[in-house]
Amino acid sequence: MIVASRKSLDEILGLLGSCKKVLVLGCGGCTSICLAGGQREVRDLCAELDARVRDHGGGLTLHELTIERQCNETFFADADALVKDYEAVLSTACGAGVQFVAERHPALPVLPALNTAFVGFDKGVGWYEENCRTCGDCVLGETGGICPVTRCAKSLFNGPCGGTRSEGTCEVDKTVPCAWFEIHKRLKGQGRLALITKVRPAREWENQTRRSVIQEPYKARYAKP
Amino acid sequence: MKSGGNLEAVLVAGHFAVTGELGPPRGSNVDAVRKKAAPLKGMVDAVNITDNQTAVVRMSSWATSLICIQEGLEPNYQMVCRDRNRLAMQADILGASALGIRNMLALSGDHQSFGDHPKCKGVFDIDSIQLINMVKTMRDESKFLSGEAIDGPPRLFIGAAANPFGEPFEFRVHRLAKKVAAGADFIQTQCIYNMEKFGRFIDMANDMGLTQKVHILAGITPLKSLPMAKYMATSVPGMDVPEALIKRIEGVDKKKRADEGIKIACEQIQELREMKGVAGIHLMAIEWEHKVPEIVERAGLLPRPKVAPPPPQPPAGEA
Ligand code: SF4
Repeated sequence: MIVASRKSLDEILGLLGSCKKVLVLGCGGCTSICLAGGQREVRDLCAELDARVRDHGGGLTLHELTIERQCNETFFADADALVKDYEAVLSTACGAGVQFVAERHPALPVLPALNTAFVGFDKGVGWYEENCRTCGDCVLGETGGICPVTRCAKSLFNGPCGGTRSEGTCEVDKTVPCAWFEIHKRLKGQGRLALITKVRPAREWENQTRRSVIQEPYKARYAKP
Repeated sequence: MKSGGNLEAVLVAGHFAVTGELGPPRGSNVDAVRKKAAPLKGMVDAVNITDNQTAVVRMSSWATSLICIQEGLEPNYQMVCRDRNRLAMQADILGASALGIRNMLALSGDHQSFGDHPKCKGVFDIDSIQLINMVKTMRDESKFLSGEAIDGPPRLFIGAAANPFGEPFEFRVHRLAKKVAAGADFIQTQCIYNMEKFGRFIDMANDMGLTQKVHILAGITPLKSLPMAKYMATSVPGMDVPEALIKRIEGVDKKKRADEGIKIACEQIQELREMKGVAGIHLMAIEWEHKVPEIVERAGLLPRPKVAPPPPQPPAGEA
């Protein structure tokens, strides 16, 4: 899942500037699941904005709407109908959702209410941890299911570096496990240490320009004539 | 000869080698470099020039290396993976070789979060083992990492680091083996204080035949004071300072502690000279360069061998 967290109220107010009529657009996808941008968080955000603006003389009209997903046009009927009545859209989707809305309504300022943080999984309710940098060339099959690109502070492919602490934590933070210490432990347990005793050559980075994916069965559909 | 440098000549001739370390200044102060270089001259076979060590900006390691050459000291040019991508690395490797640098040490580098620009973007395009292999390919096959041909390959003796004390201990010798397989000619280890553990590491390296393939220089950093000993023990990740050593320094009069630190270093050096598989020492007298003559003298490492430089070799590809 894509994990995001909300910007500060001050930053959001700064982005809104002099806009008086704002559509606050929630997303029912990832940012709803990570408790940053779904219906409930949109309600809370509007309440906070209202309270703050009221203290300063009021005059901000907010309309709340949460759609199923902001990254696919099939969910936009309601939002599209409303947008024309507003001076700006404040989106609580991830960065992709914000851009999707902005592309649909190029004449309107579409503003992010969140900072998109990472791809990760749940550690507990409201607690998430980064686990994938979407590097485009997955090595998990050879690293015991532990991502060195994301979880090693230096993204080493032939770790561990010289800094691993005696308790098996990273040189950067003594509370964070060293990815390569964990990789070694797991592969040892599986009897597959041979996977990391050979030199892994320099990799080709696949994420240096914008990427697109067309799944194999759909290639014909999108083929240029 | 791969590099035509002094360090390689000393090691190949079978002498017990001594390398030193010099940290570049935080500015363009050439005199500061000369001042640190002066006491090392004739005392070490080559001197490591650190590369933005602890992720703090300093005079570049290649520029400092050149000043050392002017001063008659052979540099061991350190390069970390944190600050450069493969384009910049290959360019600097060619430039270094062109200007007479004959040794380099490939390192991952301390993480940027330790330094003076903690939120900068760390590069880590390739890691230290991939860097070793890249330099070896450039030197021996006259090819860039891309596979394209080089016009005049670099002539460098390739060094790598090893930390026998990092966890997981049992994997450290395998990582050493990876560095040897990648193309390292010599290894400089992390500062050693736990001699027993280092002995076990070297035994494993001997058993795996690694010490036949690579020259291992054992890292020595004399402890200047009790606070330094405690700092090394508690604040440097991957460092192993036995309690007994701290007790020993604590046990002598405050004024004599620096001397005790040197005494310990000399005892270690004697022990290392007897150890099968150890080809020399890497003496990192941190901000204590002026003490190096005294240390090498007391350790019986003088005079340094003078090995006749071998006749220049045509670069690979032209022979
Ligand atoms: S200690 Fe481990 S996780 Fe941290 S940078 Fe080094 S190898 Fe990576």
